[in-house]
Amino acid sequence: MEELTLKIEHLCSGFFTERGYVPAVDDVSLVIPQGQVVGIVGESGCGKSMIARSVMGLLKYPGRITGGSIQLAGRELTGLPDRQMQRIRGKDMAMIFQEPMTSLNPVATVGRQMREALLLHEKMDKNAAREQVLNMLERVGISEPEKRYNAYPHELSGGLRQRVMIAMAMICMPKLLIADEPTTALDVTIEAQILRLIRDLSRQTGMSVLLISHNLGVIAQMCDAVYVMYAGKIVEQADAFTLFDSHAHPYTKGLMDSVIDLKTNPRRLPAIGGVVPNLLHLPAGCAFSPRCPLAGERCRAERPEMEQLAPGHMCRCFEGRRA
Amino acid sequence: MALFKTKAAAVSEELASQIGESDTLSIKLRRMVRRNKLAAFSGVLLALLVLCAVFAPVLTPYDAVTGDIAQRLKPPSAAHWLGTDEMGRDVLTRLLYGARVSLAVGVVPTLASMIIGAALGMAAGYLGGKADHIIMRLADVMLAFPSLLLAMVIMYTLGGSVLNIFLALTLISWASVARVARSETISLKESEYVEAARSIGVRPARIILRHILPNCIPSFIVLFTLNVPGAILSESSLSFLGIGIQLPNSSWGLMVNMGRQFLYNAPWISLAPSAAIMLVVLCCNFLGDGLRDALDPHLNND
Amino acid sequence: MEENILLQARGLVKEFPAKGKKRVHAVSGVDLDIRAGETLALVGESGCGKSTLGRTLIGLIPPTAGTVCFEGQELTGMSARQFAPYRRQMQLIFQDPYASLDPRMTVRDIVAEPLVTYKLCPDKAAVTQRVRQLLDAVGIPDEFLYRYPHQFSGGQRQRIGIARAIALQPKLIICDEPVSALDVSVQSQILNLLKDLQERLGLTYLFISHDLSVVRFMADRVAVMFLGKLCEVGGTSAIYQRPLHPYTRFLLAAIPKADPRLRDGSVPLLQGELPSPIDPPAGCRFHTRCPYATDRCRAEEPALRPLEGRQVACHRAEELMEK
Repeated sequence: MEELTLKIEHLCSGFFTERGYVPAVDDVSLVIPQGQVVGIVGESGCGKSMIARSVMGLLKYPGRITGGSIQLAGRELTGLPDRQMQRIRGKDMAMIFQEPMTSLNPVATVGRQMREALLLHEKMDKNAAREQVLNMLERVGISEPEKRYNAYPHELSGGLRQRVMIAMAMICMPKLLIADEPTTALDVTIEAQILRLIRDLSRQTGMSVLLISHNLGVIAQMCDAVYVMYAGKIVEQADAFTLFDSHAHPYTKGLMDSVIDLKTNPRRLPAIGGVVPNLLHLPAGCAFSPRCPLAGERCRAERPEMEQLAPGHMCRCFEGRRA
Repeated sequence: MALFKTKAAAVSEELASQIGESDTLSIKLRRMVRRNKLAAFSGVLLALLVLCAVFAPVLTPYDAVTGDIAQRLKPPSAAHWLGTDEMGRDVLTRLLYGARVSLAVGVVPTLASMIIGAALGMAAGYLGGKADHIIMRLADVMLAFPSLLLAMVIMYTLGGSVLNIFLALTLISWASVARVARSETISLKESEYVEAARSIGVRPARIILRHILPNCIPSFIVLFTLNVPGAILSESSLSFLGIGIQLPNSSWGLMVNMGRQFLYNAPWISLAPSAAIMLVVLCCNFLGDGLRDALDPHLNND
Repeated sequence: MEENILLQARGLVKEFPAKGKKRVHAVSGVDLDIRAGETLALVGESGCGKSTLGRTLIGLIPPTAGTVCFEGQELTGMSARQFAPYRRQMQLIFQDPYASLDPRMTVRDIVAEPLVTYKLCPDKAAVTQRVRQLLDAVGIPDEFLYRYPHQFSGGQRQRIGIARAIALQPKLIICDEPVSALDVSVQSQILNLLKDLQERLGLTYLFISHDLSVVRFMADRVAVMFLGKLCEVGGTSAIYQRPLHPYTRFLLAAIPKADPRLRDGSVPLLQGELPSPIDPPAGCRFHTRCPYATDRCRAEEPALRPLEGRQVACHRAEELMEK
């Protein structure tokens, strides 16, 4: 039995708004075995970032976890008081965001911000902390760490800032790193560097990674297992090779078809018609049915459950086997 | 801790995208009413006060100008809820009639200064360069003067009348409005939809009227509620000093001044208008804060 | 010239004042031809000056030096009045569909704005009629005419932006990252729409993008930009099959491929960050990141020269072709 870093079971979380309850995450179960990179792929508003925030305990009003359990290395996180979550955040798990500038304090130097976590969690003295910060900066590929230690975030380029974010997240050697669209704001050449860095760090330290992205290319390059999300639900899950070779859900297929092949030159691109559904007014049946080319009577009336197609390959679709 | 400061706006942004629409003005106001009870209460109270001022002749049986000299300096009683003054006039009645002047003085010059300040500020912000330089230096000069002193000089030279008070108060407060309008305009000018209008070839005047002004309105509303108390206080000060509203008209500031001599024997004459001023000023500030929180997307998260 | 050139730029330079006496060299001497009816893609990383170049070409920003000719007529130095008829011929589609539509105007008023500005319709009813036609052309249903931008999804908003851009029946449209803010599935819809409109209306596009997959689909020709200069210009297929400039080569290699089998750690990555446009490197601007740089590259700036039916700005292009 391999060890699970993260185990999410039947997680539900959403927003309580004037217009009613918005079920952003609906009955999501997910596991991350130790040392693996697991990806969540989906479009904006599908709830993938909500999962990350739920795990980190960073949901803000009016968002709330409404059910299910989240276990980090066997320890239940839901219902933990804030003080205890603070002790876990940054030490056992850490998160990096899409736009590093907004998650860095603009008026503190890089070194000071990074040291903070060590002083807090590891009770280190300042000099030892400084040593470790410099080490970590070097490790994430920052040249001249001494110089960067005293730099302010705005003095760094986007790529360097994201490296600093990663170094900051890694400083206490967390068991789990959550990366929410870590390269979306970066240029391709920098994106490739950052992705390789995350993968190498995971391999070297045995850290698990939850990678959230809308980019199938990034998912294909990075992940061992992949979860596809649509309108708050997991619609398909499999290991990366199965998912890219023999995906079963029509939504997954639509996403795959939207990826532009660099070798051929088609006149038109296959596209998924329609728009992402409004979570307040989900269709009665399968949430994807209004956009689905395969949808029949049953799909519009009934909500499909997750079904196992092969060991480790699950799909939420009545037509899954046929597709 | 700095490491886990989340992007505060992200949640509301994500929320908006989840629902597929963002909040309309009425929803924002309703949220304010629900979350900020104090602001909503202040709004209701101000509305009531305006109604009382408008319907003063209906609400009170007494006359505001002539009093019953036999009834002078009577303490509060069933007949005179807030007592009477040195001329035997009912203080509550004077207070209600005075509210007309005080509220008008709060609203009219503020509105006028907002129109002037907004026009100049938006012109300065949009045109930039020389126009910006001239307008804003002028505003700086205005702001450098102690505003009440300036108002006093104007009142002394022009004489005390309601119209002159409007003039003086407008003159001292347009500059700060211009500043706000200018900075709003500069940030809106950088927005893509203004660039889109420019790329179509829309003329500057039309861009300001169609694109910049409507998007400045929320901050102008907030600024308005925050400037009204200032104007009311300035008028009170001027009238207290005897260079504002002249007898036999009444305004709250004037009433405080007149009651000063009787502060020991008949404190209600001064206290009632003082309390009224304080109430209105506080209500305006609470309402302004509430509106700012409700309308400003940057502050729009708990 | 054998081809029909719509827009021609020669020696275009744009500098912005920066802190102190320094200047940001956003565009540094660009020669570019846009042929009538084609899609020319301008590709590069953020901060390379591609958006500035696009805006300078259509006169939204005055150039510091150089000339722009539209159908043989020089535009630079024209008065606002002289320029007005050309302004109509060149329109812009923006990156962020959330920011490019005035939140306080209805869809009808947004799309009507160009029509009203140039008084193209005799009365209000005619304007509304024309707006309906335009919205129909971009696939926005009639009943949404009086809605506000916030009631639409990102893809729908981008359609509205496109309707506004084609309202004046321009010859040239600058598409500035038109799909980079959209979800993958919606992205394909918009790209298809742009292609359809081009065919129906005979449009010429300058397609500015950092996304090389999208460019592969859209463009007939590609111009690769690095730090204010063009480094390679040529036919799309040719460039994607065999990039001649080392920067182009690295850009193409860095795209995360949507196939877990291509998860190859040996792909060479471009190291380092983008040099600052305030203080661009002497010689070839790419030399600080280029693994093939020689002393000549560090001293002498390579000019754009013809090679293999394309234009390349690299001293060592022939040698590197052999490798």
